[in-house]
Amino acid sequence: MITLTVNGTRRSFDGDPTMPLLWYLRDELALTGTKYGCGIAQCGACTVHVAGRPARACQLKMETLQGAVVTTIEGLHPTGQHPLQEAWREIDVPQCGFCQPGQIMQAAGLLKNKPKPTDQDIDTAMNGHICRCGTYPRIRAAIKAAAEKQS
Amino acid sequence: MSALFGKHGKHGKHGKHGKHERHESRLPWVSSNTTPESDELVDSGRRSALKILGLGGLVLAVGPGGVRRLDAAALTAADPWNPHVYVKIADDGIVTILCHRSEMGQGIRTTMPMIIADEMEADWSNCRVEQADGEEKYGSQNTDGSTSIRAFLPQYREAGATVRALMEDAAAKEWGVAATEVKAEQHEVVHTATGRRKSFGSLVASARTMAMPARERLRIKSPAERRWQGKAMRSIDLVPVTTGKAVYGADVILPGMKVAMVVRPPVWGSKVVSVDDSAALKVPGVEKVVRIPESPIPGAFLPLGGVAVVAKNTWAAIRGREALKVTWDAGPHATYESKAYKAELEASVAKPGAPGYRTGDVAAALASGARTVKASYYMPHLSHAQMEPVAAIANVSNGKVEAWAPTQSPFDARNTLAQYLKVEPANVTVHVTLLGGAFGRKSKPDFVCEAAFLSREVGAPVRVQWTREDDVRNSYYHSVAAHRLEASLDASGKVTGWLHRSAYPTISSVFAPNLPGPTPDELINGASDVPWDIPNMSVEVCPAVAHVRIGWFRSVNAIHHGFAIGSFVDELAQAAGKDSAEFLLQLIGRDRVVDQSKNGMVEPPKDYYGAAWTDYPLDTVRAKNVVRTVMEKSGWGTKLPRGRGRGIAVHRSFLSYVAMVVEVEVLPDGTVLVPKATVAVDAGFVANPDRAKSQMEGALIMAMSNTLHSEISFAQGRVVQSNYRDYQVARMRAAPRTVDVHILQNEGMPGGIGEPGVPPACGAIANAIFAATGVRVRELPVGRQLAGWSTRATEDGSS
Ligand code: FES
Ligand code: FES
Repeated sequence: MITLTVNGTRRSFDGDPTMPLLWYLRDELALTGTKYGCGIAQCGACTVHVAGRPARACQLKMETLQGAVVTTIEGLHPTGQHPLQEAWREIDVPQCGFCQPGQIMQAAGLLKNKPKPTDQDIDTAMNGHICRCGTYPRIRAAIKAAAEKQS
Repeated sequence: MSALFGKHGKHGKHGKHGKHERHESRLPWVSSNTTPESDELVDSGRRSALKILGLGGLVLAVGPGGVRRLDAAALTAADPWNPHVYVKIADDGIVTILCHRSEMGQGIRTTMPMIIADEMEADWSNCRVEQADGEEKYGSQNTDGSTSIRAFLPQYREAGATVRALMEDAAAKEWGVAATEVKAEQHEVVHTATGRRKSFGSLVASARTMAMPARERLRIKSPAERRWQGKAMRSIDLVPVTTGKAVYGADVILPGMKVAMVVRPPVWGSKVVSVDDSAALKVPGVEKVVRIPESPIPGAFLPLGGVAVVAKNTWAAIRGREALKVTWDAGPHATYESKAYKAELEASVAKPGAPGYRTGDVAAALASGARTVKASYYMPHLSHAQMEPVAAIANVSNGKVEAWAPTQSPFDARNTLAQYLKVEPANVTVHVTLLGGAFGRKSKPDFVCEAAFLSREVGAPVRVQWTREDDVRNSYYHSVAAHRLEASLDASGKVTGWLHRSAYPTISSVFAPNLPGPTPDELINGASDVPWDIPNMSVEVCPAVAHVRIGWFRSVNAIHHGFAIGSFVDELAQAAGKDSAEFLLQLIGRDRVVDQSKNGMVEPPKDYYGAAWTDYPLDTVRAKNVVRTVMEKSGWGTKLPRGRGRGIAVHRSFLSYVAMVVEVEVLPDGTVLVPKATVAVDAGFVANPDRAKSQMEGALIMAMSNTLHSEISFAQGRVVQSNYRDYQVARMRAAPRTVDVHILQNEGMPGGIGEPGVPPACGAIANAIFAATGVRVRELPVGRQLAGWSTRATEDGSS
């Protein structure tokens, strides 16, 4: 039995211990904001926070998450008004939107460590995320706008 | 035949409903407020619309030739009227607009209702959007070809204007004044003289019974009266998208739903020889292994077939499929090798092809030019690699099929499902979710058929989930293409002859077996309709047989046309010793407006991107304007250090003119960054400029992938690549800091927006690389070709 906390709620899991967190969130908890894009840590669509830091949910087996504290896009902010979420809307970043929960979770981790990220910081932090629609310039702008607003 | 290898009988381990029913079902955009209206009274299109919109209020159907109130819109064989759009005003005034096009990032769920609401004088905060199901009565809903606005703008406007007039009439009647004395204003009608007001909601009851405003009386807003059209409107789905609540294909959850993964043919047309499912069935959670018959190739939209593992959750399905042992026969295309095929295509374009465009005497021109230039270009297969791998949910029971899918074409999905499962289309419902990117992949409903087939086999709702590996290896691919261009220049550097031959397996090859190659009419996708002023031209297609499923990919053949033509024009400018941009302007030449179907086109198709040729003549002033705009805004002509360079290209496709100046920085290791790009687009009237800008940004970045990174290749008939690790796409680090998009807004007939940005970007990037490094890339992707460029001798003699 694995127990963990997801978006503030205690959960227990007694299924296949090798199941990646991604499928646990999506199939067992119906938290479908965390997306599947590649399954091999190449795209970032599945990014959540574990212990407050961005992590690829497709790479984390449930058996390694005993006692873990997990936050998904649904739990990033109680009313969906994290400064990044607001900046994303302000700049109308998404096209199809599919990659954006992962992008936002990664960016939230970045801003926590670097409240004033440079272009280079953003490139480094976000390069693991694919947006096939090509919203990179707007993502960069939105991260900067959120950082600006936060300070 | 559908051999079953399952161990649990017809309904799987847990019977018809599995024990994992912990979630509420999540059905996007299907209102619980379904209508009991009797079936005899309504045709299926209306029934479906009413189901989603709910009863009551005022419902208007919008179709070719006008707007009707739903009570009068019953369809008969004698009056086969196809409404495309439904608009409802509820008694509380809430406006609901049924969107008949699929949302895949282009913003149609915002732009389409915004146009209607603007013309209606609705208050945007009182407007809602619901997604329409796949319905015959909507006509083609295929969201492709950059069509939505250019095909429907007049209807959307008329719809809004009709509602506005109807509301005004109703208020005038209630007040007993002339209709000319009242005016709709933001969800109210105002009596101008007295300032009295009535809300739209309060007028619904009267509007339900009064005569519809005559078409001649309708007044489409003048540009000055428009509130949002041509200005700005934020996307409507931003809150769900940024909070993880938006529902894409794989996010639909039904009670008792199973998850399936399918092993598909590794080679196009190969067939299962044997299946050993003993290990797969031992994986906890795996319930059944089901054979899906291979569809005969080419197969159109039908599923490839193979062997499915049906499990209680996704992870069990993944593990079960890993444990499944399937052997395949070699298949008819096992000899497909990309290297050899490239040589075949090059040999094909070395010989004369079938002309799609011909003027003057190109052979004579080439023979007598002061100078001739020849070049060959190659572009490999591409895969859409949209971020959401395809997935679909289906529930088949009692002969009825219900499916949820991220489909660009719910209507095709519905018909293909009916054909595949041998049921009447009337018994098939297709609900459209949001699409996590599509780019043409999701026009093909093969994956929806898989879900429905499996649901029928296991007697439970099934989600078919494709992995990224499935997506890379079993997709419909963009055509691989070879081009050969030759041109003659006179002593002054003016182009006198132009010979362009291309060879690529055609998309038609998925619909008809054994096609020898593309047909000349395919050249109108940006090759035979180039805006050049050259007296002697021949544009030809050459044979190329398909060995894999070929499918539409954003911009279609214009991708390789744009790359080859854009690059070649730049090569000609170098040969003529002229500035590339000035050379482009000279090549476009005299101001003129030409119906291209009457000007050298050999047997032109009846329509041009689905529109009348006469509505979209080539206008060289527009072509030159976009070029001049990017020249002026990009700092064209100013000096850049070695390793940095600008490239320019202009291309017309999907009825729009786009020019780009792309600036690249090439690092010593050959990595290409794109710090800046300047784009100008003339697409006639652009309804939602910010979404048009975002499409141009996205097109440029997709062109970076196409040009710099992406390649699908085949060895022994199998796709070599597997995931984003080896099928690479553009990422943040290389992406532009600035994309400066200029929309040359005008009141002209709208052109496409989603696709026409890609083709010029491919050429402009290649030209910028040449400007930066002196290396001319003629074979894509650039990949590692530029490694160590700074120490190499270059074609332009610099070093
Ligand atoms: S799905 Fe986890 S990184 Fe792509
Ligand atoms: S917005 Fe579509 S993949 Fe990023």
